[in-house]
Amino acid sequence: MALNRDEQSPLFAPGVAGTLRLIVYLALACVLMVLDHRGGWLSNVRYGLSIVVEPVYRIAGLPSQGFQAATVAFADRQRLTESNQRLREDLLLANAKLNRMASVAEQNQRLKELLDTQHSLSLNVQLARLIGVDLGTFRHRIVLNVGARDKVQAGQVVIDARGVMGQIVEVMPTTSVAMLITDPNHAIPVTVERTGLRTVAYGSRAGDMLVLPNIPVSADVQAGDKLVTSGLGGRFPPGFPVGEVRDVAQTPSGTFLSAQAKPAADLDRSEDVLLLHDLAEQDGPPPLAPNAGPPSGLAPDPNAPTTPVTPTLPKVTSPTATQVPARATSSTPAAGTTP
Amino acid sequence: MNKVRVRQLWFAATLLLSLFLMLIPLPGPLTPFKPYWPALILLYWCLQSGDRVTLGLAFCLGVGADLFDGVLLGEQALRLTAMVFIALRFRSRLRFFPMWQQSLAVLGLLLNDRVLLLLIRVFGGDPLPPPEYWISPLVGAVLWPFVFLILDDLRARLRIHDT
Repeated sequence: MALNRDEQSPLFAPGVAGTLRLIVYLALACVLMVLDHRGGWLSNVRYGLSIVVEPVYRIAGLPSQGFQAATVAFADRQRLTESNQRLREDLLLANAKLNRMASVAEQNQRLKELLDTQHSLSLNVQLARLIGVDLGTFRHRIVLNVGARDKVQAGQVVIDARGVMGQIVEVMPTTSVAMLITDPNHAIPVTVERTGLRTVAYGSRAGDMLVLPNIPVSADVQAGDKLVTSGLGGRFPPGFPVGEVRDVAQTPSGTFLSAQAKPAADLDRSEDVLLLHDLAEQDGPPPLAPNAGPPSGLAPDPNAPTTPVTPTLPKVTSPTATQVPARATSSTPAAGTTP
Repeated sequence: MNKVRVRQLWFAATLLLSLFLMLIPLPGPLTPFKPYWPALILLYWCLQSGDRVTLGLAFCLGVGADLFDGVLLGEQALRLTAMVFIALRFRSRLRFFPMWQQSLAVLGLLLNDRVLLLLIRVFGGDPLPPPEYWISPLVGAVLWPFVFLILDDLRARLRIHDT
């Protein structure tokens, strides 16, 4: 930094004092930055100051909101009719597909219950709107109009109609900030839908693309392959579309293939987004079953956990009934032994 | 008395406005062209009434901007403090520059600011930004004469002369 220290200006010269003050302020700023970078307590401060920050966000979001309202108001009838028609067709198509899928989904659900797997096909979501606020260029973040009061938590996944958009990184009382999947600091575990290859998609430095920098050279990845979330890592639930591979090339070192993918979600056009409520399955082993052990009939202990033995079933079947994992939902047939 | 208060109000209002302008998004493809508004407004006040703009004020404005921006507390505080320091050093010269030279000086200051930001981000572990990163100072320098003249004109119309 070129601080012209020996500048002799007769009109104003608080020379040494000014420089000293500069150094003090710069040091203060550096201390703040280091503390914030290490401890990450900026979000706490912001949560505390949200009374000030949130109204400012709302006001700053007004121009883009007004711009949108104006686009709708001045859009010609022709275009509105067209878009309405298109939406109707989409809805019809989607409904038809849904009807066909419903029976399959039900069957799938039954089979999964038989297999004791937990994840279901139903979505538990919450609608949110974007607030048009610019959080700095080359910062891939968006502000949503729901917050801690709407029971939003950090880590929830944000999706739109086409795919995964990102995840919540910061929650304030009535707004929250989400990081997009194109942020250079973001990574999302994906699988290539066609081949089942698992890899990780990172945000790219240039902005609107995803980069998959470490695909094995022998792997089969082509342009046009669809990427979906793999569910590994326990943050993103499996099966949501993430993007589509655009081109594949060797890395300069030659040890890996590197692919570029275009995000499936409309990252800069979506206005309404969905927040997934149920997070992915926790990673790590499942919690212990609380009622493991011999049935209470064999061990007459008054403090034993409640494992009522079904009167209609013979005693021999009880141990198998108690070995059901604790996280099986009450709708599973195994849990039907409770009276 | 009344005049002094109006002056202070006007001063505070422009600074607040600069923070709002920083938050208001531009439509998609224009995003890299957004100038760094707090710096421009602060520079105007530096040149116009240098006794009112101090390093402390720049620091406070920067911390405020950081709170809204939510990136790294102290980042903009550091950048604005450094910029105001340089601008105050050369104030007596900058004031008597013709407009195009002033614009060039502003360009230099804004570029310096970008370099500082780049250093901070790289130290923080971010990757290098794309080339569009360097457009914003140019836009700021091009806009400078208009910002200066509009603010000056408004000040004259509101008859808020000081000293």
